Amino acid sequence: MPPNGVGGGGVHWNAETWRFLPSDFVLKTHLTQRYGASFLPPDMTIQDWGVTYDELEPHYDAFEHLCGTSGTAGNLQGKIQDGGNPFEGPRSRPYPTPAQKQGYGHTLWAKAARELGYKPFPQPSGNMSQAYTNPLGLRLGPCTYCGFCEWFGCGNYSKASPQTTILPVLIRKSNFAVRDNSEVTRINLDASGNHATGVTFVDTSGEEWEQPADLVILAAFSIFNVQLLLLSKIGQPYDPAANTGVVGRNFTHQAMSSVDGFFDKAKFNFNPFIASGAIGMCIDEFNGDNFDHGPHGFVGGGYLGQVQTNGRPIETTPVPSGTPKWGAAWKSAVRDNYLSSLKGGSIHGSFYSYRDVYLDLDPTYKDRFGRPLMRMTIDLHENELKAAAFMTDKYAEIVKAMGARQIDKSPRKGPYDVTKYQTTHLNGGTVMGADPKTSVVNRYLQSWDVPNLFVMGAGAFPQNAGYNPTGTVGALAFWAAAAIRNQYLKNPGPLVHA
Amino acid sequence: MPRSVALVMAALLPLLVSSAGPARSGDEQSFNTVEKGRYLATAADCFACHTQRDGGKPFAGGRAIETPFGIIVSANITPDHDTGIGSWSDEQFDNAVRKGIRPDGSRLYPAMPYPSYTKMSRADVDAIRAYLQTLEPVHNAVESNKLPFPLDIRAAMRAWDKLYFVEGELKPDPQQSPEWNRGAYLVLGPGHCAACHTPKSMLGGDKASEPLRGSPVQGWFAPNITNDERTGIGRWSVEDVTAFLKTGHNRFATATGPMAEEIADSSSHLTDSDLKAMATYLKSLPAQADNPAPIAANDPAMVAGGAIYRDQCSACHGLDGKGVPQLFPALAESPAVRSKDPASLIRVVLRGARSVATDKEPTGPGMPSFAWQLNDDQVAAVLTYVRNAWPPPAPAVTAKQVGKARSDLQTRSE
Repeated sequence: MPPNGVGGGGVHWNAETWRFLPSDFVLKTHLTQRYGASFLPPDMTIQDWGVTYDELEPHYDAFEHLCGTSGTAGNLQGKIQDGGNPFEGPRSRPYPTPAQKQGYGHTLWAKAARELGYKPFPQPSGNMSQAYTNPLGLRLGPCTYCGFCEWFGCGNYSKASPQTTILPVLIRKSNFAVRDNSEVTRINLDASGNHATGVTFVDTSGEEWEQPADLVILAAFSIFNVQLLLLSKIGQPYDPAANTGVVGRNFTHQAMSSVDGFFDKAKFNFNPFIASGAIGMCIDEFNGDNFDHGPHGFVGGGYLGQVQTNGRPIETTPVPSGTPKWGAAWKSAVRDNYLSSLKGGSIHGSFYSYRDVYLDLDPTYKDRFGRPLMRMTIDLHENELKAAAFMTDKYAEIVKAMGARQIDKSPRKGPYDVTKYQTTHLNGGTVMGADPKTSVVNRYLQSWDVPNLFVMGAGAFPQNAGYNPTGTVGALAFWAAAAIRNQYLKNPGPLVHA
Repeated sequence: MPRSVALVMAALLPLLVSSAGPARSGDEQSFNTVEKGRYLATAADCFACHTQRDGGKPFAGGRAIETPFGIIVSANITPDHDTGIGSWSDEQFDNAVRKGIRPDGSRLYPAMPYPSYTKMSRADVDAIRAYLQTLEPVHNAVESNKLPFPLDIRAAMRAWDKLYFVEGELKPDPQQSPEWNRGAYLVLGPGHCAACHTPKSMLGGDKASEPLRGSPVQGWFAPNITNDERTGIGRWSVEDVTAFLKTGHNRFATATGPMAEEIADSSSHLTDSDLKAMATYLKSLPAQADNPAPIAANDPAMVAGGAIYRDQCSACHGLDGKGVPQLFPALAESPAVRSKDPASLIRVVLRGARSVATDKEPTGPGMPSFAWQLNDDQVAAVLTYVRNAWPPPAPAVTAKQVGKARSDLQTRSE
């Protein structure tokens, strides 16, 4: 579901609103110092971001307050807080709204996790625990736990989306215009090739227009940003064979695993339809470098969460493995397990970058304008598969402690299969960094090659952490916007000299 | 005149003095006069009727105004000499605005609210004229009269005026505060609230005995805006009324329909002190004694309506009917919910609604249409429920009323 409409993925997202760990932003340096360079797989191409957690903190805070994020702080200005995530970086102030209420299954899972010695905390959520007015004066209503946020827009003004948190203010501005149902086909450059003059776009009637601009901010979905840069011939395309170039390099996804638990229906009734997109209880003991990877032979990790987001009929009909795929036995199993199974066992694994995972222009297939499509070259590597197996076992221990009668483990396995939904977290391809040889944009998301072009989004991630990306996408956007307003507009030109 | 005397007069007769200043200077081009005229034209909401929707040039007329008797198309009031009012004298402009008489001596239809505007001072009307003269002239010939025979005979309006039109400037009430008098002037004069909110006779004239007690308008019901606790603004504080007029929202209600348009074009642009004055005046209007019998909780319509409410309405409006302040109307507290005529309620349920967004309250929340999933009986039941679940009660809504509204709405574009 790559998001293309007004509001992008902010319409149909679940609204999990995480911050990455401080060590995630200096990943290469951190892991090399702790474990030595030889601990990392030779073809792994992780790198530092060029921006630190401390620099991003005010911008995470701004994004959370724009969104009204509901959560429990785990680290307030360096002081660890009960009930929150003790591993998170220090936050300057609490979440703008308290954590959401949790369902029965989420609560039992957290209890079992606590008894096993973990520190469970509520997932930070852009579904509102209470009514909220954001700093722009826009209003959000309290979530009613209908369980239809995931993959849908919210009809109750309860989910942080561009439509609820920012667009109504923008459209009141006389200097703001939206051309919806239009598609930018390329960024135009002047003869020097290092100055953007605007964009060309096509409207619904197929007519082509040119929009002149002093400053172009590319904010399409990550893979389409890569496609637009390649089609506009901005930046050197990545060549995996020669290991040169940058555009399309360090493409990553999310290495998702899951565990389903089936319980005695006479004893457990989870009412799974009472849910929200970002409901759930999580632990962070196995994320990032929150634990010693030395004995395990892999790097990375993810949060483990009981985050069942819905009990939607047709879609959410968990049955134990071994059940026939159709017919009376299947129907009977659906009926027996609907209320007493936990399907939201989410292991949100990191996906680190590799030399042979990348995006480029497809040599064969074209889009409706005759432009080459984006081509993904991707597979799962041993490091991620090991991490997935390890975390899936840890997760299963918690479900076992809850008293499940059957546990179905689904650790992520190769080869990569595009037909299996595993989030829309497509990252990288326009990565940020300190060195133009290994990044497309500088630490302010400004193109190294075309200084009046900034590229937003998860494409900037040099590798993906074990969290949902939107919180970090939002923080980076605020960070880049601050640099544009406070530095670039006063003195247009490169903000970093390589 | 000694200065001290002038100040005493200012305190006693604020309207006359404040109206007198710039306009009496004789300089119609002065910034103060034009700016005052712009403000008064906003208070009088000339823009709303005299501008075609969807991209019409401001004040160039051409908007079809629905009246109970047929369609009247608004006039071009830009200073264009041929098709606007550029060739009119100030006297002719005043005659039209305050007496309903056109330069050729024929009569305006009271879709132009001259029965309200007559209460304005000449100086204020001159200021509006001065402002309109600064607009870019737009050549736009408008055929205003599209009424059926015999209403298309303007002479008929002479008789109407005799019946319903009371000419004359509003005189301040010395017993009341300057704020109250300012509020009365704005509400009864330029604000022309009576045009929608005062009940009308068969011939469309104001029922003078029931001022501002609510009236049907364009498929809605403009509610009672007197201080009535049950169907008026009796439970709203002066601050609640002020916030509603300024932002379109308050802790109980969000504006929709024609009122949303009024707030967007007019009252949201008025000063806080003027809005507070209007609220002060409205809050002083006496309530009516009128207490319908409550409908029993076990009445079949209440039982069915309660179930529908729980399924379809409570997610936003709350099981307790209290909604979310500034966002989702508090049905339990809403006087409009208890209006004797449920037209607005039925309309909102059948067609959905979009509340107004303003600079102060940029979220203009929408409600979806339920016409496709609730039949007439169900709409009637759920509305009977919301009118009686929380005191004070209001008469039941019938399926027949819903059915009539449903067929009526099919011919309405907005």
